[in-house]
Amino acid sequence: MSDNSQRFVAKHVASLPRSGIRDFFAVVAQMPDAISLGIGEPDFVTPWHIREAAIYALEQGKTHYTDNRGLLALRKAISTYVEKHFQLAYRPEDEILTTVGVSEALDIALRALLNPGDKVIYHEPSYVSYHPSVTLAHGLAIPVATSASDQFALDPAKLAAAWQPGCKALILNFPTNPTGGVADRARLEKIARFAVEKDLIVLSDEIYAELTFEGEHVSIATLPGMRERTVFLHGMSKAFAMTGFRLGFACGPAPLVEAMMKVHQYCMMCAPILSQAAGIEALRHGWDDVQRMREKYHQRRDYIVSRFNEMGLPCHSPRGAFYAFPSVQNFGLSSMDFAKRLLQEQKVAMVPGTAFGPGGAGFVRASFSTGYDQIIQACDRIAKFLETVAAEKGKK
Amino acid sequence: MNPVLKLMLEGEALSTAQMAEVLRMDAAQVEKELATLKAQGVLLGWRPVLNPDYLAENQVFAVIEVKISPEREGGFDRLATRIAKFEQVRSCYLMSGAYDLMVIVSAHNLREIAAFVFERLATLHGVVSTATHFMLRAYKEQGYLLAREHAPADKPAVSA
Ligand SMILES: Cc1ncc(COP(=O)(O)O)c(C=O)c1O
Repeated sequence: MSDNSQRFVAKHVASLPRSGIRDFFAVVAQMPDAISLGIGEPDFVTPWHIREAAIYALEQGKTHYTDNRGLLALRKAISTYVEKHFQLAYRPEDEILTTVGVSEALDIALRALLNPGDKVIYHEPSYVSYHPSVTLAHGLAIPVATSASDQFALDPAKLAAAWQPGCKALILNFPTNPTGGVADRARLEKIARFAVEKDLIVLSDEIYAELTFEGEHVSIATLPGMRERTVFLHGMSKAFAMTGFRLGFACGPAPLVEAMMKVHQYCMMCAPILSQAAGIEALRHGWDDVQRMREKYHQRRDYIVSRFNEMGLPCHSPRGAFYAFPSVQNFGLSSMDFAKRLLQEQKVAMVPGTAFGPGGAGFVRASFSTGYDQIIQACDRIAKFLETVAAEKGKK
Repeated sequence: MNPVLKLMLEGEALSTAQMAEVLRMDAAQVEKELATLKAQGVLLGWRPVLNPDYLAENQVFAVIEVKISPEREGGFDRLATRIAKFEQVRSCYLMSGAYDLMVIVSAHNLREIAAFVFERLATLHGVVSTATHFMLRAYKEQGYLLAREHAPADKPAVSA
């Protein structure tokens, strides 16, 4: 009996649910002519000058390991960049760690900080990795629901209500994947006060910070009492369109970075040197590209959100990231059924909200990280689909 | 910048109707913007950007460096405009450096260009010298890269 080998799998891994995105991807993969609004990465190719820096590094024979923390020149570039754009000062020598994406940074932060059974609060709908990453670090993930009526910002009162003894950390992600929610200064101040009161450490995933369309992006680490208890997580994937380079970084107080560094040195050694070389170029000279791309996302957002609302798909205007998160509750279909039928009948792929946690029920995620022609066509097709569904509902 | 102009400059190949959709204006408004841009002399006209390899079947291109002597009144302008008016001339610029005008010309074949240079250009009063360079191959045409980049076939259609 070949099934028997399942018994070797660790319990906490066996208990992890499969990613809802992967399930959905399997369906989309069989439909080559579908328009995908399901993409969680920039549609732009990495700007040439950044790619060219990686090629140059390769020509120069930069093919070795680097310092575990990453090249000093990169850490200096990170330090300068983070100070300029986030008003946060971190020492390149011992307060910055270069990682293989925010994915690794999040994983090693949790592994470095959690004792088995420690509880971690996060707001949900959320990026798909948070809950499993906590589980994999032998922690207990506690979701706090955010809601459309609140533009998916975290409600401090709900946060306080979710707290329980044994809570050690809080994961924040503003702007949020998948909702585009942001938290303004006033709200962050309340959250920060709560974190101080309950002595929580905050893992702040600010990977979409540069893609904020309205209002200033505020990092919680800048608020009183927060620097010492915040690990600031950021990376090159989204703002610089560098997902394939797999480069991220964590900044925080030296003892925390040192602890993460221990995990990192044993599990990863270092981030790839070519990506680090590209990262230096991006952080030093890539700001214009970031702005150009942000402007594109901004225009597309305005378009897709008004189209959705016009066709009767209620959608708040996401203030950051590149996802619209419309409600499909008026159509009498679950978000999975809505997404599946839309794909089958009109060949448009959107991700069911439940892929991002139970709180995503009744919503779908539509990424606007794709060209206008695709977005326009997709909207036309979705409108047709809604007509069909509404007509069916009328008959019943 | 005028939003209609900006959208066009970004190289989005959109119809007037699509531009209107994206900009959330009505089509008549977009048409009006375009008419205004034309009237102001900002928008000179429309032309598809074609792959020079496609054109190479029956066209050759050359860059001609031209030295001319400036005139007491008007400097280079009168002569430059006179040269620019020939139908073979696609673009004509006054340059700093070793020569004065860069003239980009196209014709059906090499002989036609040679004839243009010897019979028209070089004989103009005020043209001191010419140096003609024929274009051999194009790598980028008006912002469009000819070696196109393709996303890998296995880029996930849905991702987190
Ligand atoms: C909120 C969030 N955090 C982290 C990541 C992972 O980013 P990286 O490519 O840096 O590992 C993603 C990618 O989708 C994300 O949406």
